[in-house]
Amino acid sequence: MSVNGKKPKFAMYWAASCGGCEIAVLNIHEKILDVDANFDVVFWPVAMDAKYKDVEAMEDGSILLTLFNGGIRNDENEHIARLLRRKSKLLVAFGSCANEGCIPGLANLSESGEIVHTAFNTLTTDNPYAIYPRTSFEMPEGEIHIPEILPTLKTLDQVVNVDYYMPGCPPESHQIAAVIDLVVQVLQGKAELPPKGSVIGAGDSTVCDECQRLRNVKTITSFERIWGIAPDPSLCLLEQGIPCNGPATRSGCDARCPAAGAQCIGCYGPAEGVLDYGARLISAFASVIDAEDPAEIDHILDGMVDPVGQFYRFNLAGSLLKAAVPAWRKRVPQPLQGALRPET
Amino acid sequence: MTEQFEPTIIGFTCNWCSYRAADLAGTARIKYPPNLRLIRLMCSGRLDPTFVFKALAGGADGVLITGCHPGECHYLEQNYKALRRFQLLSRVLQGLGVEPGRVKLVWASAAEGARFASEVATFVEEIRALGPLHWGIAPADLPIVSELVPEEVVA
Amino acid sequence: MTSGNGSKPQGGARRDGEPQERIGVYVCHCGTNIAGTVDVQEVAEWAATRLKHRGVVIGRDYKFMCSSLGQELIEKDIRELGLTRVVVAACSPHLHEKTFRTACARAGLNPFLMEMVSIREQVSWVHTDKVAATAKAKAVISGGVERVLHHAPLEPMYVPIHPATMVVGGGIAGIQAALEIADSGSPVYLVEREPSIGGHMAQFDKTFPTLDCSACILTPKMVSVGSHPNITLMTWSEVEKVDGYVGNFTVSVRQKARKVNTDLCTGCGICQEKCPKKVIDDVFEAGLGYRKAIYTPFPQAVPKFPVMDVENCTYYQKGTCKACEKFCPTEAIDFDQQDEVISVQVGNIILATGYDLFDARRVSNYGYGRLANVFTSLEMERLMNAAGPTNGQIVLRDGKTVPKSVGIIHCVGSRDRNFNNYCSVICCMQSLKFAHIVGERTGATVYNFYIDIRAGFKDYDEFYQRVIEEGTLFVRGKVAEVTGEPRIPAEQGKLIIQVEDTLAARQRRIPVDMVILSAGLEPRKDSKETAKLFGISCSANGWYIEKHPKLDPVATMTEGIYIAGCAQGPKDIPASVAQGAAAAARVMGRIQQKEMALEPIRASVIEEKCSGCRICNGLCPYNAISFHEDRMVTEINPALCQGCGTCVAACPAGAIAGTGFSNEQILSQIEGLLLLNLTEQEPVAA
Repeated sequence: MSVNGKKPKFAMYWAASCGGCEIAVLNIHEKILDVDANFDVVFWPVAMDAKYKDVEAMEDGSILLTLFNGGIRNDENEHIARLLRRKSKLLVAFGSCANEGCIPGLANLSESGEIVHTAFNTLTTDNPYAIYPRTSFEMPEGEIHIPEILPTLKTLDQVVNVDYYMPGCPPESHQIAAVIDLVVQVLQGKAELPPKGSVIGAGDSTVCDECQRLRNVKTITSFERIWGIAPDPSLCLLEQGIPCNGPATRSGCDARCPAAGAQCIGCYGPAEGVLDYGARLISAFASVIDAEDPAEIDHILDGMVDPVGQFYRFNLAGSLLKAAVPAWRKRVPQPLQGALRPET
Repeated sequence: MTEQFEPTIIGFTCNWCSYRAADLAGTARIKYPPNLRLIRLMCSGRLDPTFVFKALAGGADGVLITGCHPGECHYLEQNYKALRRFQLLSRVLQGLGVEPGRVKLVWASAAEGARFASEVATFVEEIRALGPLHWGIAPADLPIVSELVPEEVVA
Repeated sequence: MTSGNGSKPQGGARRDGEPQERIGVYVCHCGTNIAGTVDVQEVAEWAATRLKHRGVVIGRDYKFMCSSLGQELIEKDIRELGLTRVVVAACSPHLHEKTFRTACARAGLNPFLMEMVSIREQVSWVHTDKVAATAKAKAVISGGVERVLHHAPLEPMYVPIHPATMVVGGGIAGIQAALEIADSGSPVYLVEREPSIGGHMAQFDKTFPTLDCSACILTPKMVSVGSHPNITLMTWSEVEKVDGYVGNFTVSVRQKARKVNTDLCTGCGICQEKCPKKVIDDVFEAGLGYRKAIYTPFPQAVPKFPVMDVENCTYYQKGTCKACEKFCPTEAIDFDQQDEVISVQVGNIILATGYDLFDARRVSNYGYGRLANVFTSLEMERLMNAAGPTNGQIVLRDGKTVPKSVGIIHCVGSRDRNFNNYCSVICCMQSLKFAHIVGERTGATVYNFYIDIRAGFKDYDEFYQRVIEEGTLFVRGKVAEVTGEPRIPAEQGKLIIQVEDTLAARQRRIPVDMVILSAGLEPRKDSKETAKLFGISCSANGWYIEKHPKLDPVATMTEGIYIAGCAQGPKDIPASVAQGAAAAARVMGRIQQKEMALEPIRASVIEEKCSGCRICNGLCPYNAISFHEDRMVTEINPALCQGCGTCVAACPAGAIAGTGFSNEQILSQIEGLLLLNLTEQEPVAA
């Protein structure tokens, strides 16, 4: 797949993200030299200076491989996503945000206007004139713009076609290195790319497959917080009442967290073929609760203080429901402080 | 005058009890509103929360889950699993802003045709009162940030 | 609603460009049952046009799809149009799913590629708005079309039927079942927890309405069982474990130690005679008589071998005696004998475990257990029985006084919200029987206190009339109280029955010498545990649940397990015999066929996807789920799986597939029901 003697082009972009994916890539250490050796890095905002107009000037499909991380939060993200889709041969949804929304996706629990309003209106915010960001403003020098927030955070494949998915928050560096290796092998004609739409850089099974803890038939009599008990390090955490998302989470991380004594929170996303991650876990956890009386069941469930957070911490935007009701419904504008009057 | 809102409700029944109760309501010609569209499962224990999410995301305004009375499950004790799942599912739905009354669990034995019909009728009215869910449809006039901001800043 | 052109595989979503199936949609008029409310023609046309892009090649409507002509329509289309899927919109699948599946099979299409949706019981019969009903019918068919696209050509699983049968319970129902199967040539294991078969019927004196001596008609059957070459009698035994599935059960039976070597014992009875320890017999003699520590429950016991009551035997309690061993002519006593657990292979099991009598002590106002001369029905049977503790003399607790007046109270513990709501069926006839016998033997004045007289079967009402003519006094009213407290001198020393005589419209206090309580029938105390052991269900009361109360009273929902007799619900002896014979006939039918087809609706684990989390392991009441420690994967036994789908829904990795009710099928059906499969936007509601 090399392109007539010249090194194939590579791009990496961050939309609504934390930067961890970028760091994960840099964490492949010397392997980064392989990237440099095999690719012409044309666009990577964190690592080099390049302008959007440079990308716009490129030929369509001329970038061989683009790793796109971060969720689609505002219209700039969407614009660049569509731009990079046009300019790239292979577009990879890189990291949990692009795959399924990840933490930025939790914004989908609220109405976007309210989020902005809150951000500029907290107890400690010094905003006496209740100034809120606007997407455009007339200055003597001309009109300036900032991106407009979209009503909900979207995953990459909810706006463009995606060729491959690399889950993880962030994807494990050794997995990234393995993918780089694979692509290099493909470039050298020594390997084939997996079918379009595949998940790469991750396992085929669930975290339980990689977890070394002992497991028995499950009967949950209470849900506990990880800091609330002294868990047995050799025994399955779920059996001890710690809600561990491992059973529905894709493998690939070597079950790092359970090995370190913490429950899996699901950063590698749903296992293969799981349609709604939260639904699977709701079903699994509830099925093994050891109670038949509704009041008793409620009592046990009270131990799980934040079920939405438990099940949709990473996966809300990518789930079947995608967002909570407030995100879709109209917010009644609150009266603003000071002498300002709302538009509406 | 606006037309009355007609809810669309997806119902899950179990082959042995509640589906037969629905059949019995039919045989007895007991009338109930046409808003319910039923799916037959072998057991309420087959109910996967994915189905509920799919129904709501697909446009249903409510979901009715039915099964055999506790202790009378044809498969002995599987309806208890359905009960546990329903209780956790309800909490999650509430956390996602869905009104608690939109997804309901009702037990009905094969002999309770009349009760099935009345439960459906009641549920339809409950959903009618809650209004359409319109999941995922962003209202056209949903204000985006810029519109919340006044034109002038008064010092 | 997914915006953008998502490429991530979303299960159940429309996949345009998929290879099309060829679907035939058939809408039944059912005369005017459906057509009177649903515009069936419009619906069929709608399916053929609006669902064409989903693969529907033909949509037909017909007056009676289940008729041979209707079925032929389907068969013809399968052959001529090359249909690969069929959707029938008609009555309930519970009625005709099999009919249409068979029609498809005849035309060469796998029967499981047919989906039947109800637009009669669920639409035309329950809605009045024709427009709404028609729209709903369309949605229902749309759901069926989407679902059927994901059907797989399933094949039923065949299991061989082992020719042996186990009958649990040696009462009259169990005896009848065992004899019928054994007479047909197949082997039977008859397991009975008491030392002898015979059940409650062995305790009775006479049976209504013929007044046959109970033992006289029962014992010949018992003897036949004992000597039948095809019956292995296992008394003083209980079932401990049941594994397997229809046609292939492995049952563990614990044969409790009799402490008697049955190979040597001749049943001479010397051990019983010589045993110095007397024990109150509260099983067979209903607490009215004695037995010895080594005993046979009654003289005609089958088998004739005695058992030793270890808790009351002097040797076991104090280390002395051993009189039985000393006197036994064949040295058959074996104090060291241990319980033996025997594993038995059978193909079918019949549960005929009978009933327990309602504990009349619970009705404290009737004074049973407190007032000496209040007797229960079973106590009366023993009292009246010539082989009983009083040699058939009807006397008071003092053992000698013959009562001059007797009150018989019906419905004790039955038809009573405080105890059992149901009617125990036999108590009225039993009470009439008592009235007749007591009157005949003692000449006493007999009162029957009843709510209704239930005498519905052959010769029953005639018996009732006879008892009336004999001079029995009937008072219609529920007895409020039986008391020993006199209010007037005439009541001194008597039992006073306080009752509202509803026909005379007044309260009465009737003094009698003896009160007989017709206590109701209850399920065995451990019926719930027994049901669980065999994998069947019990109602809330504790009676075993039959497959269909009207049309299938002896089968259960679990293939291979049948029920007969009072274990299924209170009934008289003719009905118990009939059910025993019915269950036997069903079993014999299975044995004759040698193999059986199981419904292919079951779960299976996709091994590559299973990571051994074991969440499903505890969810199966049929023990179909097992875990392999070596491979760290779970496996489901397809023959044990009953197809409920609970594990399919529970698996967090989505590693369990459920045929017949797969995720894809149901999710697609949801899409179809919500009309998300139509090309143009159409409102979801009607």
